[in-house]
Amino acid sequence: MPRSHADGAVPWPAGLRRKMTSGSDHRAERSATGWFLLGMKGIFSPPALILTTAFFGFAGLCREAGISWEESAFMTAVVWALPAKIILLGAITAGTSLPAAAFAVALSSLRMTPMVVALMPELRGPKTRTPTLLFLSHFVAITAWVFAMERMDEVPRDKRTAFFAGFAVTLTTLNTIIVAVVYNLMGELPALATGALAFLTPVYFFSSLYGSARDVSGKLALFCGMAALPPAHFLSPGSELLVAGIGGGIVAYGAGRILKARRGAA
Amino acid sequence: MAHWAYSNVVPWWPYVFILLGGWLPTDAWRYLGVLSASRIDETSEAAALARTVATSLVAAVIAQLVFYPSGALADIPTLVRLASLGAGFAAYQLSRRRILVAIFVAELVIGAWALATGAGTG
Repeated sequence: MPRSHADGAVPWPAGLRRKMTSGSDHRAERSATGWFLLGMKGIFSPPALILTTAFFGFAGLCREAGISWEESAFMTAVVWALPAKIILLGAITAGTSLPAAAFAVALSSLRMTPMVVALMPELRGPKTRTPTLLFLSHFVAITAWVFAMERMDEVPRDKRTAFFAGFAVTLTTLNTIIVAVVYNLMGELPALATGALAFLTPVYFFSSLYGSARDVSGKLALFCGMAALPPAHFLSPGSELLVAGIGGGIVAYGAGRILKARRGAA
Repeated sequence: MAHWAYSNVVPWWPYVFILLGGWLPTDAWRYLGVLSASRIDETSEAAALARTVATSLVAAVIAQLVFYPSGALADIPTLVRLASLGAGFAAYQLSRRRILVAIFVAELVIGAWALATGAGTG
């Protein structure tokens, strides 16, 4: 399994790829519980802390979208991938029908399959059962994925599921609680503070998507998707996200190919 | 429940909406990753197109929040929202891609606007 896989295999937040320091001198004698706890410690790593900051913004966004705190926490726990949740919230705000919302989320979450496929040979031990892997796969999103892909080498094969569970399940649980708590605390804040907190999300995604774009079409997709929304908003209210997302993505992909071909010819 | 959109008139509907609209189309791909034996070619053109569409979808939501926000975000003028996003992104690039610097600067713009106009104090 080449290490290079962690380098931009998926176009989500940059800054997650720093190597973590490891203090695993006694790794042979560490128990499964020990590895679980070591994984848990990973929630204090910079990528995990940045993600947690983004969930403060997500809580603000949920409040703005008008869903309850129970629904917000439920969504965090069952969907987990932040881009998918942002799109689902956008669909709720725009009054999108369920099939169109599910379709947009499915397009956004398609990247989960190659991520999980790449993770499986790292995660699977000699006795790992498929139900365990199916359960753990739910907690795969970019942060946990990069964390696991970088560190699995240092973990004995039969302890890898414990280590991954320690990090990923804790990260999901913690952020679900944070969404519930922050959502409710915001009731005490002036409306402007909620708005400012909600605005954390577009800044987070715009910057990190730009930073982690693998090529020019990834960067173009950001601008095309944004530029396509206002016309889509007027032409197809309700399904504007889907129209702008697919339209902007195709235009960016085509433009990226043309640019690449020109560069190749020059 | 017109057109099967989100509404909270029926108490269980939001949860069904979240499960079918969010959980199913996300976890289905994760489970497929566990169950599919073969590797997927990350460098294929289809994978590249899927990535640009995924990015563009999130970009559309960003634009929705900047241009057509709801709730308290709408109380912040469009120009301030645009300036905040632009300043945050500029800070991100200048700080050698530190996301927390981007967030801090973007929030600073909103804070400065609030102080200058007295918004949020009344």
